[in-house]
Amino acid sequence: MENLDAIVVGAGPAGSAAAYSLAKNGLEVMLVERAKTPGEKNVSGGVLYGQVLHNLIPNYWEKAPLERRITTHRLSLLSNESAFTLDFSSGKRSPVPNDGYSINRYKFDQWFAEQAENAGALLAPGIRVDDLLWKKNRIIGVKAGTDEVQANVVIAADGVNSQLAAKAHMRKEHTSEQMGLGIKEVYKLPRKIIEERFNLIGNEGAAYHFIGCTKGHPGGGFLYTNQDTLSLGLVIFLPAFEVTKDTAPDLMEHYKSHAFIQRLIRDGELKEYSAHLVPEGGYSKITKLYTNGFLVTGDAAGLAFNIGYALEGMNFAIASGIAAAETVIAATKTGDFSKRSLKRYEQVLRDSFVLKDMKTFKRAHNLFNNPRLHSTYPKLVNTFAHDLFTSKAVPRQKLVQLLIRHVLGNVTIPSLIRDGLQVVRGL
Amino acid sequence: MKLEEKLGLIRYNLDKEPHIIVNTEKCEKCRTKPCIVGCPAGCFKIEENKFLFQYEDCIECGTCKIICPKRVIEWSYPRGTFGMAFRYG
Repeated sequence: MENLDAIVVGAGPAGSAAAYSLAKNGLEVMLVERAKTPGEKNVSGGVLYGQVLHNLIPNYWEKAPLERRITTHRLSLLSNESAFTLDFSSGKRSPVPNDGYSINRYKFDQWFAEQAENAGALLAPGIRVDDLLWKKNRIIGVKAGTDEVQANVVIAADGVNSQLAAKAHMRKEHTSEQMGLGIKEVYKLPRKIIEERFNLIGNEGAAYHFIGCTKGHPGGGFLYTNQDTLSLGLVIFLPAFEVTKDTAPDLMEHYKSHAFIQRLIRDGELKEYSAHLVPEGGYSKITKLYTNGFLVTGDAAGLAFNIGYALEGMNFAIASGIAAAETVIAATKTGDFSKRSLKRYEQVLRDSFVLKDMKTFKRAHNLFNNPRLHSTYPKLVNTFAHDLFTSKAVPRQKLVQLLIRHVLGNVTIPSLIRDGLQVVRGL
Repeated sequence: MKLEEKLGLIRYNLDKEPHIIVNTEKCEKCRTKPCIVGCPAGCFKIEENKFLFQYEDCIECGTCKIICPKRVIEWSYPRGTFGMAFRYG
């Protein structure tokens, strides 16, 4: 076979974005995917923020299979039987490019890969890439079984467990500290019930995030409304499993048993149980992004963002896929695919929100690993709110006095100072 | 709903060639065995003092390889078209 311009490994959002951009610019690109159908192996744990996709495929929301346009955001701190919630709802009626959507990855990834295919990319599903082809210190293609395919550049978009990034010496072995395990359950409910229960009109949707639902382990929960299903998820940072006796499925059951979660999913019929790793290492765990003839994108590079009230991964993936494609397009013009030429990719990411956001919030990781955030504080806030909103027929304390009593009753002053600093530095 | 029933909702196309290889002798000497609690599909367990492992129910997350303190879990994705398939994701 002749030499291709590029091989993209993995037809998730990063890979399809890269293949689409390359094909649109007339490059010969092969998009390889291990699943029979793109999307089958993937799990969404977030909202798709669409600005980047809109830049690539204008008004994508008129064409892509999306679930609901997220108009309500909630962040709840859960304690045993109560929830303290921040709620932000937007009454905006018409879609704008930076809206976020809940999505079904099986449908969405399939659609996105099709767009790449329609643009001229060669989609090769059902193929697991086993290794890279090298010529001295340059990557010149991939190996799958006994087949070998050569290209000027290989773009790794093979997800959080990226074997290619490891084989290309872009990263060390992953450690527990940089990963979260996401478990998700999808519940079917009639549209009308979802809309009434979550106070939505038409295609509006809600994104709920929960802290304090992990038995004190660093992590958190989420719930997204889809058209006629709910996605309920729990993320546990892996170090928890070195100390807990609860299994991951037990922690999911515990989360679901909370009265507040129960009433959100009641009468729902379980349609799917899934799990996926989430890169949680932040800025310091981003892999090397390029070498001779090779680029790493999306989850494979650790490009994911979690600051508690905002979780992003898919648009980081799409942005990195586009940046990789732009780099390859420029390199094709000069014929130089060495790392000197491909380092442009990193520069593009550094100039964009992707690496800027990850750098700005590089200390958020410490904050989310603080166990007090996941037990002491949610409990404290809930007991404080309980005293605030209920009457016990005893004289009330003034607000600030009440708050101080609750805080000092639960946290020592040195811990409080330390945690306060973590918040200021992290967020 | 029990874990087995939840896993029953997933479509599998089983690869006869295992994609995870575990050295159970070394595992029996492992003090913490975080794979047992960390695996979302319950692929690792102790029964009658024996460490047991099966890859058939695996949902391909990769947790076991990363949390293994002895680094004795050989893990790859199943070969192309094989393994599990989600319908919602």
